Amino acid sequence: MSFTIIKAGILDTIQDCGRNGYQSSGINPGGVMDRFSARLSNALLGKNFDSPVIEIHFPSPVIRFNSSTILCLAGADFSPVINNHKLSLHQPVIINKGAILSFTKNLSGARCYLSILQNLELKQWLNSYSTNLKAGAGGFEGRALRAGDNIRFDEISLKNIDSKHDGFNVLPWKAEPQKQIATDTIELIEGNEWNWLTDESKQLFLQSRFQISTTADRMGFRLKGVPLKVKETTQLVSSGVGFGTLQLLPNGQLIVLMADHQTTGGYPRIAHVISAHLPCLAQKKPNNDCIFSFTDVATAEQKLLQQHQYLQSVQHAASFKIKDILQ
Amino acid sequence: MNKDFYSIFSLSDSAIVVDFGNVINEKINQKALNLAYAIGRAAFAGIKDIVPAYSSVTVHYDVVEILKHSSGETAFSIMKESLKKLLQQENENTEEQQRQIKIPVCYDEEFGWDLKDIAKVTKLTVEEIIQIHTSKKYKVFMVGFLPGFAYMGEVDPRIAMPRKAEPRTKISQGYVGIAGIQTGIYPLTSPGGWQIIGRTPLQLFNRENENPVLFKAGDEVEFFSITANEFYNY
Repeated sequence: MSFTIIKAGILDTIQDCGRNGYQSSGINPGGVMDRFSARLSNALLGKNFDSPVIEIHFPSPVIRFNSSTILCLAGADFSPVINNHKLSLHQPVIINKGAILSFTKNLSGARCYLSILQNLELKQWLNSYSTNLKAGAGGFEGRALRAGDNIRFDEISLKNIDSKHDGFNVLPWKAEPQKQIATDTIELIEGNEWNWLTDESKQLFLQSRFQISTTADRMGFRLKGVPLKVKETTQLVSSGVGFGTLQLLPNGQLIVLMADHQTTGGYPRIAHVISAHLPCLAQKKPNNDCIFSFTDVATAEQKLLQQHQYLQSVQHAASFKIKDILQ
Repeated sequence: MNKDFYSIFSLSDSAIVVDFGNVINEKINQKALNLAYAIGRAAFAGIKDIVPAYSSVTVHYDVVEILKHSSGETAFSIMKESLKKLLQQENENTEEQQRQIKIPVCYDEEFGWDLKDIAKVTKLTVEEIIQIHTSKKYKVFMVGFLPGFAYMGEVDPRIAMPRKAEPRTKISQGYVGIAGIQTGIYPLTSPGGWQIIGRTPLQLFNRENENPVLFKAGDEVEFFSITANEFYNY
C-alpha cells in the first residue's frame, strides 16, 4: 500500500513533533511548524498526536493514492481537491485506490498537514521521523519529497466501506479549531535580554506592527518594523534558544526563530512567543502583520493545556468512530 | 556551589535556563557541564532536552506532562525547584570520562586559505602559526550551530584572529577555523566567517552512525599536522 508524489510541491517533508534529546550534539529538534494543526490531522483519525504527517507548503504537490485510505487535512487552506471533489479541512474522508489529491489555490495560511489512517512505513532517525534537511537525515531519505517518490504504508482492511461519488466518502465528523488557535496579538514571555532595550525601544516594540518579511522559512521569520536599540552593545555568549525566540539583530531588526532554528544563538533574546500562539504565527505569510503583547508563564501554560485537552477530546471521539467504521 | 552566582529564567513557556554569567571561561563552563550531567542523571519527568552552552544550561520540557504532577504550581516553578535542589549539591563530574581526541589537520596552502593573511597581521610566519595552533590542548566548551560543530578554546592570543569581515558563502566539511579565542571545525558545508587555517580528513558528523557526532562538550582536543599526501590517503 502506498502513495506516489506525481508532482512535487515547493517544500513537502515528512515531519512529526520533533527530535528530542540531541541538541547538545547540535542537532536541532525540527518537526512541524504548526503543531496544533499537525496533531489535529492525526487526532481526527484517532491517531497518536505525534504520528508523522506530510507538511505541505504552496505551491503544493499532486499525490496519487495507490490503495484506499482515510485521510485528513488540517492547517492552511490550499483549496484541496480529490478527483474533482472539493475537500474540507479538518474532516476525514475515505478515498479509493487511484484517487488523486491536488491543491488549487492559496486561500489562507502557510502550512497544510496531511495525515492518513495507516502508519507510514518509514525508519526513524534518532528516535524521530522528522526530516532534518541540514543533516540530510530523517523523514523520507532526509530530503523534501520529489516527483516519483513512493511512500509505503501499513495494510488496513477497509473492505466494509462502500464508496460513493467515485471513491470519495466524507466522514460525518469535523473540527472547527479556529477558536483554539486564532489570536489578535501574538503573546510573549519576556526574554532574558528584554532589559537590554532602551525604554523608548520597549515602548515602540509594544506599540508597533511588524511584518513578516520575504526572508521567512522553517528556520526563522525575519520581521520588518521600527528598528530597536539597546542601551549598550554587549556581546552575548552563545546560549540556548527555542522555537519562538525573538532575537534582536545588530541592525535593530527582529527575527523570530521557527521549527528548524539552530540549537544555540548569540543574539539578545528579547522575548519568546508562547507555545499556544506558535500555530497562529506559523501560518503567517510574508507581508502578514504581527502585533505583540506580554503575558506570564502561568497563563501561557494554561493556554497550551487547553489546546491539548481539545485535541485529546477530538482524538478520543474519533478513535471510537474509526473503530466502528473498520469493523 | 551555593555561594556562587547563577540566575534561573524562562526561555518561553517550555524551557528553563540556568545561567552562570555571560562569559567564556573554563571554570564556569565546567559548572554548566556538571549541571547538565546531573540533570541527565536525575531523570526528571517531562524533560525533552538538555542543552549546555558556554556558561548556561537550557532544559526543554513537556509542559503538559509536568502539569500532570502539579498541585497548582506552574510547570516552570516545578522545574525551577528541581534545578535549585540540584544546584545545592556538589555536582562533580564523577562518571563522565573526559575524552582526549587528536585531530589530524593538513595546514597546506590548498586548505589553509587564511594563513597568509593571519601571518601578515600577526607578524608571525605560517610555520609559527601552525606550531602555536598544534601545541595546545583545547576544551570543547559546547556543540551547537550545526550537527557536530564544536566550539573549542582557548586559542593562544597571538593567533586569536577575529572573524572575517565578509563571511564565505561556502565552507565544506572538515575545514578548521579560528574566530577570536575559539577554534572549531565545520562538520558540514555551511556559510561561515571563521578564519580558515587547514582541513581535517576526519568526519565529524556521520548520519549513519548510532552516535552521529564525534565531539561532546568537555572533550579535550589536540591538533597535529599531516601532509597533503596523508590527508588524501587517510
